[in-house]
Amino acid sequence: MEILVCVKRVPDTSENEIVLNSAGNDIERDDLVFSVNEWDNYAVEEALQIADRVGGNVTVVTVGGEDDEEVLRREMAMGAKHAVLISDEAFEGSDGKGLATILKAFIEKGNYDLILTGVQADDGCAQVGGMLAAMLDYPFASLVNAIEVLDGKRIKVCREIEGGNKEVNEVDLPCVLSIQTGINEPRYVGMRGIRQVASIEIPTPCAADLGIDPATVGAAAAKVRRVDYFVPAVTKQAEMLQGSNEEIADKVIELAKAKGGFR
Amino acid sequence: MIAIQDWLTPARLLFLIIHILGLACFTYIAARRIAPLVRAERDFRFDRTLVRAGRLLQYWLAQWRHPRYRFAGTIHILIFAGFLLLATRAFYVIIFGFPEQFVLGVEPGAISQFYGFVTDWATTVVFVCAIIAAIRRMVFRPARYAVPARYGKGHPADAIFLLGLIALLMFADSLFVGSAAAAQAQQTNANELATLTLPWAVSTFLATADMAALWNVHLGAFFLHQLTFYFLLCYRPFGIQFHVETSQFSVYFAKLDRGTVKPVRWGVTSANLDQVKSFGVKTFEDFTWKHMLDFYSCADCGRCSDNCPANAAGRPLSPRFLTIKARDYCFQHYPVLGSSTNGQALIGNLYSEDEIWSCTTCGACEEECPLLIEYIDKIVDLRRGLVDDGNVPQSLQKPLKALESRGNPYGKLDKKRGEWAKKEFQQACRVKVLDGKNGGADTLYFVDSITSYDDRIQAIGRATARILDHCGENFGILGAAERDSGHDVRRFGEEMLFLSLRDHNADAIKAAGVNRIVTADPHAYNALKHDYTDIPQVEHISQYVAREVKQGHIKLSRIDNEDAIYTYHDPCYLGRHNQIYDDPREVLDSIPGLKRVEMNRCRDRSFCCGGGGLMLFYEPKEDERIGVKRVRMAAEAGANVIVTACPFCMVNIEDAIKVAALEGKMTAIDLAELVDLHTVRQPQSDLERTQPTELVKNA
Amino acid sequence: MRTFAYILHKAGVVDDSATELLTAAKKLDPGASPIAIVTGWGPDLDSVCDRVRTFYGEVWKIGSEALAYPNAELVRSALVKVLPTGSVLLVAHEHFGIDLSPGLSVKLNSAFVSDVLDIDGVEGTQVKVVRQEFGGQISTHVRCDVSSGAVINVRPGAFKAANGAPVLGQIVDMSDEVGALSAKRRYIETLVAESGGVDITKYDVLISVGRGIQEQGNVGIAQELADAMGAAVSCSRPVVDAKWMEKSRQVGSSGKTVKPKVYMACGISGAFQHLAGIKGNPLIIAVNKNPKAPIFQVADVGIVADILEFLPELTNKVREARGISAKAGGRQ
Repeated sequence: MEILVCVKRVPDTSENEIVLNSAGNDIERDDLVFSVNEWDNYAVEEALQIADRVGGNVTVVTVGGEDDEEVLRREMAMGAKHAVLISDEAFEGSDGKGLATILKAFIEKGNYDLILTGVQADDGCAQVGGMLAAMLDYPFASLVNAIEVLDGKRIKVCREIEGGNKEVNEVDLPCVLSIQTGINEPRYVGMRGIRQVASIEIPTPCAADLGIDPATVGAAAAKVRRVDYFVPAVTKQAEMLQGSNEEIADKVIELAKAKGGFR
Repeated sequence: MIAIQDWLTPARLLFLIIHILGLACFTYIAARRIAPLVRAERDFRFDRTLVRAGRLLQYWLAQWRHPRYRFAGTIHILIFAGFLLLATRAFYVIIFGFPEQFVLGVEPGAISQFYGFVTDWATTVVFVCAIIAAIRRMVFRPARYAVPARYGKGHPADAIFLLGLIALLMFADSLFVGSAAAAQAQQTNANELATLTLPWAVSTFLATADMAALWNVHLGAFFLHQLTFYFLLCYRPFGIQFHVETSQFSVYFAKLDRGTVKPVRWGVTSANLDQVKSFGVKTFEDFTWKHMLDFYSCADCGRCSDNCPANAAGRPLSPRFLTIKARDYCFQHYPVLGSSTNGQALIGNLYSEDEIWSCTTCGACEEECPLLIEYIDKIVDLRRGLVDDGNVPQSLQKPLKALESRGNPYGKLDKKRGEWAKKEFQQACRVKVLDGKNGGADTLYFVDSITSYDDRIQAIGRATARILDHCGENFGILGAAERDSGHDVRRFGEEMLFLSLRDHNADAIKAAGVNRIVTADPHAYNALKHDYTDIPQVEHISQYVAREVKQGHIKLSRIDNEDAIYTYHDPCYLGRHNQIYDDPREVLDSIPGLKRVEMNRCRDRSFCCGGGGLMLFYEPKEDERIGVKRVRMAAEAGANVIVTACPFCMVNIEDAIKVAALEGKMTAIDLAELVDLHTVRQPQSDLERTQPTELVKNA
Repeated sequence: MRTFAYILHKAGVVDDSATELLTAAKKLDPGASPIAIVTGWGPDLDSVCDRVRTFYGEVWKIGSEALAYPNAELVRSALVKVLPTGSVLLVAHEHFGIDLSPGLSVKLNSAFVSDVLDIDGVEGTQVKVVRQEFGGQISTHVRCDVSSGAVINVRPGAFKAANGAPVLGQIVDMSDEVGALSAKRRYIETLVAESGGVDITKYDVLISVGRGIQEQGNVGIAQELADAMGAAVSCSRPVVDAKWMEKSRQVGSSGKTVKPKVYMACGISGAFQHLAGIKGNPLIIAVNKNPKAPIFQVADVGIVADILEFLPELTNKVREARGISAKAGGRQ
């Protein structure tokens, strides 16, 4: 099975403090550390496990520039056989649809049975996977937390819905899935693994290579644009209890009683 | 006169055959046992021969470690000494055989008389000790010999069987000597044997037997001795008694450098590690020959596991079984008879992942083992293998990733590393940052990650800085240029990340141009001392303070709480690994009015707090927290204040005090904090002293 | 612009988001009367439409056996058939909306904006909305060109439920326009999560723990407080991901929805996905070491403390107040 995983290099939320810069129009980007989007990492691990079970290769792809190569290498160190960096100035400022258009062009040049993305990335839009599927006319399932390959033509997936329940679906291949965190336990990638893939050539197709019309992507074609970043004014604040732990505990019991939660 | 004929006597054909068979058998067995070692990974142990020879005398001949368990140790020393003394007699009997007619050709001289006396006693003592040991195992069953099912298969019968054989050997020897003495006594009316020994008892018992019977007993005893001897010789390599042969080697080749970790591959420098195809130990064959020798040498005594904190807490780790399982694997896959099968993965078959990650690297096992078997290097190698395969628990992946990108396991901003010394603290004590703009310093205070970033532990950093300042030390910190020392990164198997951290720090240290380094973190101390090369010498704050107190630069005020009873908890990486036990105690004892008690398990028997560095992130399966056990030990010793000299110990102990519900009855304080609190300073403005933390109110 | 709202429902019960979408639609276009779209089958569909018409002026009913279970792939192809060009469709941003909307926007050739918290204004064909990025750490204004229509996913709970006077909306049956539906994804079944013995939705008081509990061994501290109070222990997602508690204890958009009287959030930062699971306006008491934790903007009462220190003290006080000893009280 040929599996493609779309990955994105994002600022690592657990190791960065996301704050407004001094000009107030963007986040402070000076000290950010970047890594592969957490959801995408789960997706790559899942792809590797599927390839282990049924045979096949895993390819990782991202749209970006030189800086984004590092996440491709990291995923190769994890076990992905191929990596592709789709890069072109014309792509800058693309919105979700633009991105999906780019990826669609790439996918049409290949022959992938299964395409995975993470549910969402740093902007929380959770859109590229679904858009991509619609453009390719492939079936789509989001929030996938379990995958079982039935045969060369169909898979069974579970989606995470409310209450911890799982929605079981059967999906025809080729298809696109967006993968939820917690689907597996991603393997560790150490510095050594990365060094071992440090010198592998990564192909870098541009718009022309993929037959993408620049007018359909990039800032000009984007219908959705971020205007600014801001920190909303704090409208509500909890009543902060003061005093010794004992005094606070007494107050808590009093409040709970008043609300009927204490008998 | 009893004369010895030459050894070509009747039935000696049989005797010769047994000889040849026995030796051939043993040689073959030994060769089969050596085989896997020959193909194993190399291990450079052939240097410093004099030091090694000295340790051989100390640990092997003088049985230095054995008395740590008084009763069993004494028994073993007696058996061992007995065996050494009897060795000559045994070989004499084997080689010279038995005389044709109880006739000795040579008049026994004073030396051989004396030797006979000594060996008669030796035989008796060994015999008695073997019986005592067997009874002890069968009836009294000391806890450390027990085999809980989760650790593996035990071999209880083995030990008793072997003890029985030893007793039998002694008995056969006594029969041999006793029967000859009885014959001689009948002829000369003089019994030369030492009274009350076993041979003497035999000879007395046989005193009235006729010559023919005596001859038969003598002959029979000889063969019994010979058979038992060769049986033992050939049987020993199949079980724990193999240590009789291998112990000299395991002791001679034992690791000399405390606190270090073996390189990934001996003979491959850090710079060339990229060429190594596979890191760490994944199959049995990846072990070095010395580690395989260790597996052979284990006497299954259980002293290691008895002292292992992970084992005590109910984690899946038992050092003893790490070794015994590997030994059994080796016996099974490299059998004496049959072909060898190899290459099976260790993790998942022999060991579980949790077993390997559970180790806190405290070194208690290595400190106890009478055979100087090494454990930490093996665990680190196994971890290297796991890391190489990407098999790292999720709970550890996050801090490792943070160490790679931010230089600390907490994911906090690297540029904020020196913040603990700024703001309000700057007024109390100016801490220079050695970034090339502040004029340099003599001494570097290496802070390391937990002290830099943890809210509670920053107090230790500040106390340390104040102490250095008070002593007029020209010191500074690396600030944002410092990275985690990497000590536990290495011991958790991520060698490449460790090297990256080390190189960065080494460059920063050299750029700072200091002459020496002080740290309050024993893990950092151990790393800087043993894992780093080409940097100035490093000292722990307890050594620094001990010296300054002796020289009168620090004067300490009296303890004002009458009820406080202090106990000092030896951190593993200060105490056991670096043998700094006295300096902290001297410091404590120089505080007037400080009442101090020692816990049973102190100094080199100190019980680990639970582990530091990356161990704080690992989520082990255990019955009770290691730290809770330690805190209870302090309470049992009658203490209500635990003093420690390690930030990780502090975190674990303070946590444990809460979990053990001892809050209000037990507090913990760091040595630096205590010294800082009691340092008599010239009265200055109020800003000089920041408030002591809540925790030390009682201290 | 013609505004539509997709109505979520289950077993004949209309989801809260239905009225929230009405509010959002009205903010988007104050003068317009948004049209509710309901897909489904059988009596459930009918009762839902009857309910929805009481607050939407017009309800488009799409009944098809294929849509008895809301399969986003099928729903998408149905909507593509009925939605006029240039429509703006509002959908709740939860598991169905995430599944449906991005692909739908492509098929409709319209724009898509995800997880909108507020609508800031409309200028011609540009709609300005408020979103969050980086897991809610920062807010952003986003402009969307709706000239060729849009699908807008709205965060549940971001808009208040509309509570205008009831109306009697018109129900338009669009089932025939939709015709036969097929997709390459077929719904098989729903696996219900094991409750593991404790149903947190049934408790008046919940002691909820988050990452701040630090390790599995400390969950017992919360359990002791729960035992003393006759409450149950629930948790946020990171606790389940770390395998310290079962999934059945998780409160949040992918966990359970709870309606307790008192909710103690211990060591929980306050991510919106977690808060989305708390309904009914309980007394929220937040205990957190970090005074800047977002939970303090949502809680009624806040305590800055180390939960490992504070909870045992509270437990002791509760036991005193209830006159029970440490050993009493069954484990729940």
